[in-house]
Amino acid sequence: MALSSVLQSESADFSFNNDRSFSFGCRFGQTNLGFGAAPGDRLNFAIKASLGPDDKDGPERKIEFLHGTTTLAFKCWINFSVAERNHQRTASKATNFSSQEQLALLNQPAIPFVIIPQFQHGVIVAVDSRATAGAYIASQTVKKVIEINPYLLGTMAGGAADCSFWERLLARQCRVYELRNKERISVAAASKLLANMVYQYKGMGLSMGTMVCGWDKRGPGLYYVDSEGNRVCGDLFAVGSGSMYAYGVVDSGLRQDLSVEEACELGRRAIYQATYRDAYSGGQVNLYHVHSEGWTRVSQEDVLKLHHQYQEPKK
Amino acid sequence: MSLYDRAITVFSPDGHLFQVEYAQEAVKKGSTAVGIRGKDIVVLGVEKKSVAKLQEERTVRKICTLDDHVCMAFAGLTADARIVINRARVECQSHRLTVEDPVTVEYITRHIATLKQRYTQSNGRRPFGISALIVGFDCDGTPRLYQTDPSGTYHAWKANAIGRSAKTVREFLEKNYTDEAIATDNESIKLAIKALLEVVQSGGKNIELAVIRRNQPLKLLESKEIETLVTEIEKEKEDEAEKKKQKKST
Repeated sequence: MALSSVLQSESADFSFNNDRSFSFGCRFGQTNLGFGAAPGDRLNFAIKASLGPDDKDGPERKIEFLHGTTTLAFKCWINFSVAERNHQRTASKATNFSSQEQLALLNQPAIPFVIIPQFQHGVIVAVDSRATAGAYIASQTVKKVIEINPYLLGTMAGGAADCSFWERLLARQCRVYELRNKERISVAAASKLLANMVYQYKGMGLSMGTMVCGWDKRGPGLYYVDSEGNRVCGDLFAVGSGSMYAYGVVDSGLRQDLSVEEACELGRRAIYQATYRDAYSGGQVNLYHVHSEGWTRVSQEDVLKLHHQYQEPKK
Repeated sequence: MSLYDRAITVFSPDGHLFQVEYAQEAVKKGSTAVGIRGKDIVVLGVEKKSVAKLQEERTVRKICTLDDHVCMAFAGLTADARIVINRARVECQSHRLTVEDPVTVEYITRHIATLKQRYTQSNGRRPFGISALIVGFDCDGTPRLYQTDPSGTYHAWKANAIGRSAKTVREFLEKNYTDEAIATDNESIKLAIKALLEVVQSGGKNIELAVIRRNQPLKLLESKEIETLVTEIEKEKEDEAEKKKQKKST
């Protein structure tokens, strides 16, 4: 089984059941994740409600650091044959790579807004860096982009623990795939692995909305994966509480012929605008660019500095 | 020594896994199968066992597709082969589901080999008594031929044979597998037939042949086509013999 072989070692495993061969291991207890995490383990970082307003649900309040995020990713096209192939591949999923970006809006607590439009130059990923627990700002310097490997990035929105745990697990699986098959894993396969992993925990309280971005032999790849089990391929996604504001900016600014600098600036501006209006987004704007050689960290800028930069000309 | 071949998980004092070796003996009793990797084609040929008068011929098939672009032939215990083929077919689809890409020939061979190895190292199970020849094209268009055996090892080959008289056929192939011999699709097919004719008793009637061309599904050659090719081959042989005679006399 491709999935179970990915998640288990290939050595003699005698719990192998014949009837496992027809599903991809959606049954609990079948797939050994290697972390001793039994399904049903709630990886909750629960604290007593001494912070912020009381939850009606109960005395425990999750620290969901990545609530109130805005994460954004968009692709830029070029009339590459690569982009064409990519288009054809994604066309079946009704993804338009014309100027309509698909915005996947997660109804999740604000997460830094990351926009990653896919474009001919690759994929631009922009995120904020604020973590909140209710109205308490837990941190202004959270890293919401996980570097899975030199050519794959994952963004984090939702519960901090869930995102970082599952994406690090994904990194491990991607590496194992690379070693076994002597070639890099495709973005589609990586996002599929992540989606299948979290689907087994569907309904058990995971909170994760991530975008898997990378460059593989088919060109730039951008997938939105969340803990509900959604996995969508697209050209533009914005996730988090500030995503609406980011969409507005990106939608009005995205064109076919953006250069890399212009696209980065667009992403930066979109995140900034989201942090301006959304209380749960803020901190710094982290910008990444995924291209054929892998990803590069473009910039990290404080939102206040951006504020002065953008507001200055108006005076 | 006989104490060491009961439970397969046990090594003998001199380092043999006897059950695996006995499985390889079982393979040697199976009917011959030959595989040839051409430039744009891969060919599988098997010796057809004669069927009983009342038996439907079509139910005995030694060449099976695993996916659109991969197929395999086996030698050894047919029932074991059925299980392995089933698992391989499911794995091909499972791979398409999780990785959104068709399997490479190497991947599915590795999967089959791992499966076989598992059965050489587990309680109360015996190894699979089959060797398989797995052929196909990868996504990038490269033709591939792999062979697995009951111990769970696999290797890539340019041409190979398994089953009864495999050694004779392999020697023939070693002599005759040249770049000219596989220059065209037709030539590759003829090479496979020639190799099988070395060991098969009554000629074209007992040969079953299948080919995969790049980006095309498996095609089983009809007996008429095989007959035509066999007569072509025999004619070429006669011409060769004539030429030699003339050379000798002159």
